[in-house]
Amino acid sequence: MSTIFGIPAPALYGQILIGLINGSFYAMLSLGLAVIFGLLRVINFAHGAQYMLGAFAAYLLLTYAGIGYWPSLFLAPLLVGAVAIVIERFMLRRLYGLDPLYGLLLTFGLALIFEGAFRHWFGAAGKPYAPPAQLTGAMNLGFMFMPIYRGWVVVASLFVCIGTWLLIEKTRLGAYLRAATENATLVQAFGVNVPLLLTLTYGLGAALAALAGVLAAPIYQVSPLMGTNLIIIVFAVVVVGGMGSILGAIVTGYVLGVLEGLTKVFYPEASSIVIFVIMAIVLLVRPAGLFGREE
Amino acid sequence: MSNQPLLEVRGLNAWYGESHVLHGVDLDIREGETVTLLGRNGAGKTTTLRAIMGILRRRQGTIRLRGKDLLGLPLHKVAQEGIGYVPEERGIFASLNVAENLMLPPNVSQGGMSIDEIYTLFPNLHERRSSQGTKLSGGEQQMLAIARILRTGARTILLDEPTEGLAPVIIQRIGDVLVELKKRGMTILLVEQNFRFAKKVADRFYLMEDGRMVNSFPGHELDARMDELHEVLGV
Repeated sequence: MSTIFGIPAPALYGQILIGLINGSFYAMLSLGLAVIFGLLRVINFAHGAQYMLGAFAAYLLLTYAGIGYWPSLFLAPLLVGAVAIVIERFMLRRLYGLDPLYGLLLTFGLALIFEGAFRHWFGAAGKPYAPPAQLTGAMNLGFMFMPIYRGWVVVASLFVCIGTWLLIEKTRLGAYLRAATENATLVQAFGVNVPLLLTLTYGLGAALAALAGVLAAPIYQVSPLMGTNLIIIVFAVVVVGGMGSILGAIVTGYVLGVLEGLTKVFYPEASSIVIFVIMAIVLLVRPAGLFGREE
Repeated sequence: MSNQPLLEVRGLNAWYGESHVLHGVDLDIREGETVTLLGRNGAGKTTTLRAIMGILRRRQGTIRLRGKDLLGLPLHKVAQEGIGYVPEERGIFASLNVAENLMLPPNVSQGGMSIDEIYTLFPNLHERRSSQGTKLSGGEQQMLAIARILRTGARTILLDEPTEGLAPVIIQRIGDVLVELKKRGMTILLVEQNFRFAKKVADRFYLMEDGRMVNSFPGHELDARMDELHEVLGV
């Protein structure tokens, strides 16, 4: 068996794949957080709960309505996005202009309410959610066997991240978003309905989290605490990438996912803290993050 | 020029937090007219523009454009009535280049200038169209800020200290642009400290002191009132 730095090659490739998959979720979730923070200046602590809601929406659609994976990829983000729009319209909007701490506290409280309610209704144990028949099985890549569903997750997340980046960087709507991130009042003074833009942005960010939740359901199972376990890492990813930086969120998500996977191979004891060590170093050396703009 | 005011402000009061900053401001501007607000720093000139536009929300009184009450409208609806606002700090977006800054504002009414017309009026902007907005000189930024509003089709422009910190040759160029806009029938409410510049474009002046309008006079009386103005404005 071939080895790389003394590590069996299949084990190394396997961990890189796991790192890529984790990185896909980090990238999609930190992307949503960055979009929301960039425009609304809200640190959305409910993001993990919205990821969980996406997974549960897919699970409930399947269990009670017989609606399978593919339609759920669209329906679950729509449902969670609609819930987020209600939250923005009736709660978050009242906090704009105040210290971001208030938004953080509100969304933290909402996360606890969602997670508590789902734990009460469904228990803490994970619920199995089967991948669609088209994506079962494994593919022989020559140097390793890759589960097809996991490959699909990496490809799908890349499409979502690139699509969102293109939306923000290359469209008129994206130009409004970028400009409003700098000076929302002036954009509104041009005649752009900025309050609506804020509502849709929060809905879009939450929908991205929900989409990640649907993609995660067949890999991690559906559990009320699945978002809690992930959100702290995702916040670290956003800090490393630069709060509000879209490109930073995407690149850092994938890179840190792979670095975490490699740490599992070379120094497993550090694998659960490596992202936080990197975050601490970045905060010391470049507080605005690797892709963030210094104020 | 019509005798009916296009923009009519009556008894306008405004507050920053608990601080009462405008005290019953009255102001009329007729269609096609250029009116300049004069006053010391802190007299309430910029606040008057921000209150008319609706950026400063805590207000009382009456603001009408073509007879339509603007006071209850959100900021973007005020802009959609055809009012453009160019702030003193210019508000150029750092994340957008010159062309993107120009393309950003939506058309609020018919008659917005095309990009080609903008580049004809401001040739510098054409040369710098790929540069990030914040890499421009102060004069180029000011031209971009004005050009951006002309793209929207707004026919009434609130212009806050456009010559602040600019070299004389650039001030001359901006003055030429405002004269051109007057010829095209635009209505302009200008806040300006530079008398010589204001004299070139203003049809009438209002004098503000401590959040109140204390005097108004036609543009041709500016020279005759210079001593009085120097005393009031402390310049």
